Amino acid sequence: MTESVYVTGLGVAASTGLGVEKYWDATLEGRGGISQLTRFDASAYPARLAGQILDFEAREHIPSRLLPQTDVSTRLALAAADWALTDAKVDPTALTDYDMGVVTSNASGGFEFTHREFKKLWSQGSQYVSVYESFAWFYAVNTGQISIRHGMRGPSSALVAEQAGGLDAVGHARRTIRRGTPLVVTGGVDSAFDPWGWLAHLSSGHVSDATDPHRAYLPFDAEARGYVPGEGGAMLVLEQAEAARARGTHHVYGEIAGYASTFDPPPGSSRPPGLRRAAKLAIADAGLRATDIDVVFADAVGIPELDRAEADAIAAIFGPRGVPVTAPKTLTGRLFSGGGPLDLVAALLSIRDGVIPATAGTADVPDDYQLDLVRGAPRGAPVSTALVLGRGRWGFNSAVVVTAVPG
Amino acid sequence: MTRRVVITGIGVRAPGGAGTEQFWDLLTSGRTATRRISFFDPSPYRSQVAGEADFDPLREGLSPREIRRMDRASQFAVVCARDAVRDSGLDVGALDPHTIGVSLGSAVAAATSLENEYRVLSDDGEKWLVDPEYLSPHMFDYLVPSVMPAEVAWTVGAEGPVTMVSNGCTSGLDSVGHAVALIREGSADVMLAGASDTPITPIVVACFDAIKATTTYNDDPEHASRPFDGSRNGFVLAESAAMFVLEEYENARRRDAHIYAEISGYATRCNAYHMTGLKTDGREMAEAIRAALDESRSDGTEIEYINAHGSGTKQNDRHETAAFKRSLGEHARKTPISSIKSMVGHSLGAIGSVEIAASALAIKHGVIPPTANLHTPDPECDLDYVPLVAREQRVDTVLTVGSGFGGFQSAMVLRRPRGAAA
Repeated sequence: MTESVYVTGLGVAASTGLGVEKYWDATLEGRGGISQLTRFDASAYPARLAGQILDFEAREHIPSRLLPQTDVSTRLALAAADWALTDAKVDPTALTDYDMGVVTSNASGGFEFTHREFKKLWSQGSQYVSVYESFAWFYAVNTGQISIRHGMRGPSSALVAEQAGGLDAVGHARRTIRRGTPLVVTGGVDSAFDPWGWLAHLSSGHVSDATDPHRAYLPFDAEARGYVPGEGGAMLVLEQAEAARARGTHHVYGEIAGYASTFDPPPGSSRPPGLRRAAKLAIADAGLRATDIDVVFADAVGIPELDRAEADAIAAIFGPRGVPVTAPKTLTGRLFSGGGPLDLVAALLSIRDGVIPATAGTADVPDDYQLDLVRGAPRGAPVSTALVLGRGRWGFNSAVVVTAVPG
Repeated sequence: MTRRVVITGIGVRAPGGAGTEQFWDLLTSGRTATRRISFFDPSPYRSQVAGEADFDPLREGLSPREIRRMDRASQFAVVCARDAVRDSGLDVGALDPHTIGVSLGSAVAAATSLENEYRVLSDDGEKWLVDPEYLSPHMFDYLVPSVMPAEVAWTVGAEGPVTMVSNGCTSGLDSVGHAVALIREGSADVMLAGASDTPITPIVVACFDAIKATTTYNDDPEHASRPFDGSRNGFVLAESAAMFVLEEYENARRRDAHIYAEISGYATRCNAYHMTGLKTDGREMAEAIRAALDESRSDGTEIEYINAHGSGTKQNDRHETAAFKRSLGEHARKTPISSIKSMVGHSLGAIGSVEIAASALAIKHGVIPPTANLHTPDPECDLDYVPLVAREQRVDTVLTVGSGFGGFQSAMVLRRPRGAAA
């Protein structure tokens, strides 16, 4: 008998809201967080819309001694992890240190921090480089800092798989629990909104150059023209079901019931892409059938040929317009490692509240996508099972199935 | 029944020679491959020594397009992956691509390309608002380094689970440990697993200068890496990569593959203490060792060789000596321990995989590589560190460990598969 893994706490840091309820209210009301970049003078750059978090005062959330040694992405990750643990009513000091682990995903490391250090090195000299650079930059920084902050000494890791990595982290956290660690903090947070990070985003060729924040990121729309990068993400507390019960958990958001990841064939291959297979494997891993799935949270990258490929995969599994599909990420932009975990939060709240949030912005979905895309307003519907999809540039595909846990 | 995972192919690129054979020759001769940094003028830096690999991507078989596209760390990884597949004798083209996965470790990934791009975009640090006119189409690949495992997946046609494990300096152990878990649970039958880091670039040298973690034996670069020696004063930065073909044991046996070793145990723990500091008691590394031994169903007494982290910082050498005593008790005193970082330096996230390669080769050849440059041991490091000269000795079971920034402590047990001849 394989151990069930429950989600018992959520923490959200998004441009649409700091904290789970603010984020969820904004998501249901369709209030977006995409705006003109204000971190620096972006007038010389060909695209200027981003999902910036404008209301995060780090000193209100992070001990002051951590401020000089952390990038904005790590501050957001530390805050989101705190909120998730508080939400789960977990007191880490009351648990055995080796019984708690941290598994995060990361895509760009502490990029703004490291940009400043590159600048110091090249304009002033190596003696000006920060003593914190060696660990504020690397991709394991959020795992390490969360582990230290909460005294978590169990198996821990950091994974990178572009936008799919956040779901991989959750999948690996579940694996870690099944291998014997009762509690794992997991998720992903990214930010790279310094001038160099922004330019690096633009080099992907997939960033929307639209100027209207409401019309910039329109996945599955006939006018899709790329995505808007965002910052932030989500952290989740995952617990072994028995352990959660034993400590008297007050609320279970749901179960991480299935997970799978696949990789696309090499560029130019005639073999089919792997998203459909990842979704099918995750559904099978959950012991379910496609007809059991109540909603799909799509990857929704906003590039026409990739949107079509995803629509085809969904139609192939569920039939034409066979399942409600949504992509609330149009309100926050794509969050890289944070995208999958934030979609999981939305999926779990859909289960809780019986409502599917809409895909804001997208209006004109080509008929041959055969998608039942939730548009305009949220759709009230009982949701007990959701499939969350994520794709990462170069061919990563990940899928997670979450299910309701009868209270 | 638990699926067992074995190493059937190895590819290594490290300082001191191209390929696995030259790597093993260097290690067993006790020669060192550290030198004054030649990739750039190191004179402004506190530490000017590194383990540089003489790596010629064209001669290694990469196409000009691949060379233009890939960061140096990706090039190392792809070359090692191709070597490992050749070495394994596995016809990957005949396998179902869905059953092949990739798990690649790296700590600083595309640092070299990031720095090259930065210098161009910023006019050598003059401009904070970097100039879009000079933007490379590959810049995104350097921002988000999961292109590295993607490159490996493309080279072997893997369509199973593909990921990058980036846990700082334990990445090379953890990426292989991750791959073992995926095969055991049935997510893949074959994994290309390993790690690559090519961090010899000014920003990385400067960030270790800033915390005085690297050596200052700039006048004696060949003897700068001195793990466990009383005179050591920091690690020597290096670049390298190692990739493995990992297979489910029954598959490997059915095709009559040469099996280097079984990976019978792996575990990782965090110290939750400090992003760069270590407590002297070695508690969490000892816990990782004990957990890896438990998975290997061993009480520790079978361990015949410990491939140490042995970075050559005072803090590390004492920390891990304490961890060996704490986890193995009296047996720690009877067990040969060595650090190959004394010869090839410390390649951050890659070195864990390179050390797995050394451990597997020790089993294959019955030779324990020495700790070079160890003349006068630190009195607090009082175990058998195999100074200077390799030791011929049958080895069936090896423990290899790693320790890194972020507090990660990892341990892996490799053993000669049952029934395999010495």
